[in-house]
Amino acid sequence: MNKQHPALRFFLGLAPMLLTFVSTTLVLVLAGANPWQAYGNLIGGAFESGAKVADIATAMVPLMLASAGMLITFAAGLWNIGVEGQMIAGALMTTWVVQSITAPPALMLPLTILAGLVGGGLWGILIGALRTWGRINEIFAGLGLNFVASALTNYLIFGPWRPPGGATMSGTLPFPRAAWMPTIGATRASWLAILLAVAAIVAVYFVLRDTRWGLVLKALGKNPQAAFRMGIDTRRNIILALVVCGALAGLGGSLQTTAIYRRLIPQITGGYGYLSQLVVLLSGLQARWVPLVVFFFASVQVGSPRLELRMQLDSSLGGILQGSVVLFFLLVNGLRRRIETMRG
Amino acid sequence: MRIDFVGIDKTFGKVRANVDISLTVESGVIHGLLGENGAGKTTLMKILSGYQRPDSGAIFVDGQPVSFASPAEAIAHGIGMLHQDPLDVPAMSVLDNFSLGLTNDLFPHRRQAQRALFTLCRRFGLSLQPNDPVSRLTVGERQQLELVRLLALGVRVIILDEPTTGISAPQKTLLFETLRRLANEGLTVIFVSHKLEDVEALCARATVLRNGRVTGTQEAPFDREGLVRLMFGQSVPVAVVESRASCDPVLETQSLTVRTYRLDLEPVSMQACAGEVIGLAGLEGSGQRLFMEACAGIQRSYSGRILLDGRDMTHRSYFEFRRSGVALVPAARLEEGMIGGLTLLEHFALASGDNGFIVDWESAERVARERIEQYRVVGTPRSLVQELSGGNQQRALLALLPQDLRVLILEHPTRGLDLGSERWVWQNLHERTERGTVILFTSTDLDELVDHSDRIIVFSGGRASKPVFKDEVTREDLGYMIGGVNL
Repeated sequence: MNKQHPALRFFLGLAPMLLTFVSTTLVLVLAGANPWQAYGNLIGGAFESGAKVADIATAMVPLMLASAGMLITFAAGLWNIGVEGQMIAGALMTTWVVQSITAPPALMLPLTILAGLVGGGLWGILIGALRTWGRINEIFAGLGLNFVASALTNYLIFGPWRPPGGATMSGTLPFPRAAWMPTIGATRASWLAILLAVAAIVAVYFVLRDTRWGLVLKALGKNPQAAFRMGIDTRRNIILALVVCGALAGLGGSLQTTAIYRRLIPQITGGYGYLSQLVVLLSGLQARWVPLVVFFFASVQVGSPRLELRMQLDSSLGGILQGSVVLFFLLVNGLRRRIETMRG
Repeated sequence: MRIDFVGIDKTFGKVRANVDISLTVESGVIHGLLGENGAGKTTLMKILSGYQRPDSGAIFVDGQPVSFASPAEAIAHGIGMLHQDPLDVPAMSVLDNFSLGLTNDLFPHRRQAQRALFTLCRRFGLSLQPNDPVSRLTVGERQQLELVRLLALGVRVIILDEPTTGISAPQKTLLFETLRRLANEGLTVIFVSHKLEDVEALCARATVLRNGRVTGTQEAPFDREGLVRLMFGQSVPVAVVESRASCDPVLETQSLTVRTYRLDLEPVSMQACAGEVIGLAGLEGSGQRLFMEACAGIQRSYSGRILLDGRDMTHRSYFEFRRSGVALVPAARLEEGMIGGLTLLEHFALASGDNGFIVDWESAERVARERIEQYRVVGTPRSLVQELSGGNQQRALLALLPQDLRVLILEHPTRGLDLGSERWVWQNLHERTERGTVILFTSTDLDELVDHSDRIIVFSGGRASKPVFKDEVTREDLGYMIGGVNL
């Protein structure tokens, strides 16, 4: 299989990073900024203090959970763009539980975690049912439901769940303390949330590598027709993949409410669902690369606001960086395949 | 227009589809092109109509050498082809499909197109409605639409590929009338078919292809026996085998029918005894695939019953058929049978039926090694299935099957295999029949059908013959039956 010269392979591996660097530098020069200063600010903004590093860890949590879920659906050959809605559903379910269930304080956190898993999972069932029984492509089903989920959030915040003082964009009333994820010292990072995210990615790694279900998903993703002929229940496994992805993403959404905002706000996901798709693509659908990619994306996320503060550059530069590295990665991969076919 | 093919060669990989074909088609004549599936008819016609280019050889139109890079170029030279599967756009209306390709202007001239469509329909007695969506038309009507479209484009040579498959009897009469009129007006019609009766009814001349070569040309009136011999080779009496007087049926179908968009399978009743091999003869698309898929629980039957060991399995799911010991080995090995990108080991792990949470790779590996050796697959447990040769993929597919099946259904079990693999596959299949497995298989090779079946069912246009013991028929009879002649 790997007939390529080691030097060529090394170069192709580095090429996406180089191309991203060159193109981003070009954008900066065109915008009239000093690229070195910009990169310096980006890195400084992300790593200058312990608090910043804690912010990176905080941003990594939802991204890691959604990405872990996306690994499952990608393995099954599904493009689960509905992961965003699944995150929202987890956050909504959590908020509902916090607002309407009276439980001993010690039980509150486990209940919120469960609510996140269940909310996202149910949203996954919805997408899966549309896909298998409604014969709607999961991309369209998921995308449509994303809009439903965010409209539902706004309705709840401005309707039934509005604070007594009147509804605002800042969301619901803060959750009671029992529903706050424990933090590390004075930082915003929650050790329990980080633990859950790490557990999720490790579990997904082993599920895909060692379990029968992982093998079934792989077969389904590579050839659903033959998988069906070999006796795999394709419908059930498609729905199951979307449910598991939804549960993990829903937990990510839930943690956004219990660990970060401590209430439900509009746009609770911060776009991490969409971003997780880029993460998984850039990791080459390999669980072992996901933590590194998540770390990179989260660093850019945390570092880029400084560009606006210090250099009057729009912080969307971070988005450009994230988007172009994925594009160049896919481009170089396509190129690599062309080289392989050319060599026969 | 007169068409001359001179020395046409065309190879796909290892398959020689056309070998040194030379042939003349006179203008104003309906010329039949006869042959089995895979005889090379469609390839030759695709070359003429610009869909494919020959490896070598030349085509002359009215004495002028031509070479088409695309169907559009062929149409510009007056040559158009009606494909077996209509190449139209089902989501669009009749009129929009008709207008496609008529002009290259930015906006279609709808009114002009509508007038042209009306005129052509009136002339040939067709009743196409301009605003009907094509998705609601029958195959016959889609064919009519394609025909008038080509005529509106001004073609002088019309190629029809198996046009009588899937159309009704009145539609066929109308089609034949239309073609005769076109020929009288001086158009050249090439009629590609495997149906002797259609060629006899319509054509003035017929050329037979076999294994990519021209085996002969006849003028009407045709000598039917001679055409059959040209299509299927020399007729040889079939060896006599012991017949079974009575048995406990393992697989039974009672007036089983299947309906699909393209083809309806007419009632099939049969009983297969333990250890029996039943060959399903017929040209591709004659209903045998529907029958096999219905027997495996993949295709839903429309009426009738399927019984397995006396148990009613009608409308049970594919998974229940599998659990009851029915398996189907498809001809499209890498599309339907195996999963490209997975290793042999992963296939054995999937097929093991073990339901543990964690894959037991050790035992899967042990089974894989055993079976790979037993089935003499050239490969290792780590080989990706797409890297195996066709013969080894077929061996692997057999190796993946449970050892004691009740019914094993195989589509073209030896297609594309070398002689050694072919023998080996049949040896394995006959070993399975000794354990009581019923085998149903399709083949386009009469020798294979006769050599290995106990009984043969012949399919033609969705109709199935009664199962015949192979000592009751000759190869020639089979040839007739495949060609749609009732004996």
